[in-house]
Amino acid sequence: MRGFFISRMIQLIVTMFIVSVVVFFILRLSGDPILVVAPDFFSEEQIEQMRKFWGFDRPLGEQYLTFISKAITGDFGKSYLAKRPAMELVFERLGYSWMLAAASAAIGLTIAVPLGILSALKRNSLLDLIITSLSSLGTAMPSFWLGLMLIIIFSVHLRMLPAFGALEPKAIILPSATLGVGMAARLSRMTRSAMLEVLSQDYVRTARSKGLQQKIVILRHALRNALIPIVTVFGLQLGWLLGGSVVVESVFSWPGLGRLMIDSISVRDNTVVQAGLLFFALSFILINYAIDVIYIILDPRIKFQ
Amino acid sequence: MDAKSKHQSSTVATADMPVRRSAPLRLLAILFKSPVGVAGSFIVAAVVLLAFFGPLISPQDPLGRNIRARFEPPGYVDNNGNTFALGTDQLGRDILSRIISGSRVSVLVGVFSVLISGTLGVIYGLISGFIGGPVDSILMRIVDGLLAIPFIILVIAISGVVGAGLSTLILILGFTGWTTYARVIRGEVLKVREMEYVIAAYALGQSRPMVMLLHILPNVVASAIVLAAVQVGVTILAESSLSFLGLGVKPPTVTWGLMLSDGRQYINSAWWMTAFPGIAITITVLGVVFLGDWLRDFLDPNIRGRA
Repeated sequence: MRGFFISRMIQLIVTMFIVSVVVFFILRLSGDPILVVAPDFFSEEQIEQMRKFWGFDRPLGEQYLTFISKAITGDFGKSYLAKRPAMELVFERLGYSWMLAAASAAIGLTIAVPLGILSALKRNSLLDLIITSLSSLGTAMPSFWLGLMLIIIFSVHLRMLPAFGALEPKAIILPSATLGVGMAARLSRMTRSAMLEVLSQDYVRTARSKGLQQKIVILRHALRNALIPIVTVFGLQLGWLLGGSVVVESVFSWPGLGRLMIDSISVRDNTVVQAGLLFFALSFILINYAIDVIYIILDPRIKFQ
Repeated sequence: MDAKSKHQSSTVATADMPVRRSAPLRLLAILFKSPVGVAGSFIVAAVVLLAFFGPLISPQDPLGRNIRARFEPPGYVDNNGNTFALGTDQLGRDILSRIISGSRVSVLVGVFSVLISGTLGVIYGLISGFIGGPVDSILMRIVDGLLAIPFIILVIAISGVVGAGLSTLILILGFTGWTTYARVIRGEVLKVREMEYVIAAYALGQSRPMVMLLHILPNVVASAIVLAAVQVGVTILAESSLSFLGLGVKPPTVTWGLMLSDGRQYINSAWWMTAFPGIAITITVLGVVFLGDWLRDFLDPNIRGRA
């Protein structure tokens, strides 16, 4: 078990190193980063001064080394705009993003798992057709458009729920429902096929032939085993959830990390964008490691390796 | 086994002209047996036709402003007898005509960026899987690193920095989307390269590059095509998100994402500005997804139900 954590730590460090290189160079794709942030009225001299101040006059390799050695200690530099450490800005928003992600994942799972099981149990029935069609529809729908439609229905017409911000607890309902439905559409399909596979296994047939109740067979014998692929897929969909949250947070003006990213990108506040990108990658990798651990707990046949 | 017989039949078909000629017909016959396949190909064909012949059938000029007909609801008919079936926007432009015009960007982005990313990813995966060993480990670590940043976030960051227009956007989506193919194709190559016919090819004295191109590549192409179908949908959704956020295609080019971004500003009064472009995106992506599902079942019955 210690070996497992050590090898995962090494993997994490290698992956994050690659991510940091990618992130560093993406933000230099535009050429000279200083010209982007310098006001138009600045003279050549002032721009040169600014370049020196931010360290953009150094060779690229050296710039990267400075960036990474500071980033490891949590110092991403100051936001050009807010004049505060980028890290601080990211941390302020992280809580909101996690809250939204957790609520959406909870909604996604509560919808997807029962529907996926039902769909598998009633395979090829009308109900199955309806559930799978809805799931295809939900996958094809742009999540931010679903969000806009929910605003039209629940905020504009019914005046039941707030459409913007995070000032009251009710405000999380629409954004999390938006992301939750998208997640459910993707998950229910996988739950269905995982369930179908498990239902054809010998141990399910044995359980049935023992005369066990359908409910017990499904919950105790089939679902438990189907959970493993469901959990795996859930981990993979978290990437979609993180990505979708960036756009959905913008639609609902939800003050999370995604919205901070979009705002910072549009004003070219690169230090914040760098910190944000690295945090997205880090949380994605960590969640997937957590899922590996859950996987091992669920299936005693798999060993920590 | 399956890959082997497929490979053989393709060589037979090249030698035997009549078989080759009937292949498209056979494909159509199989296609029409599957309702999902029919629906998918019908939708995709319709969108592609709209993109090509849109200007011919468009009821109004998609850019034609009319201050006196702003925010008119669906079904509005003006004094000259022009019908605006899906209503008008904040400048009095016809929503239906704009949706028809916007199909062009979706088709262009979907096709070209997937061509770029597919080609890059297949080459990368092929090389990585074929060479194997430490080179493979390093190449795959790079892919892992890129995949750790969710696709849409990566694309948003790059287009925010580079700035976008239609062609830049296609390039950005093409050069970021290849990682998924690389991972999948590499996995396929690892399987295929142990096949007997590959070993036989070596035994017959074929060089490594020839084995890679003639025996391994043809057998991983099916997976690439299935994945490409899925990615067309993903790319169309990504384009609409970017344009919606103001980081993608810029006006006066008409795109569904931009229409949604306009619609959002008038969400309190003109729901049709938001509803219809979103329906257009959903139907298009649904068509692509259906076609992809059908292709998967058709090209590789082994992976049916999985994935």
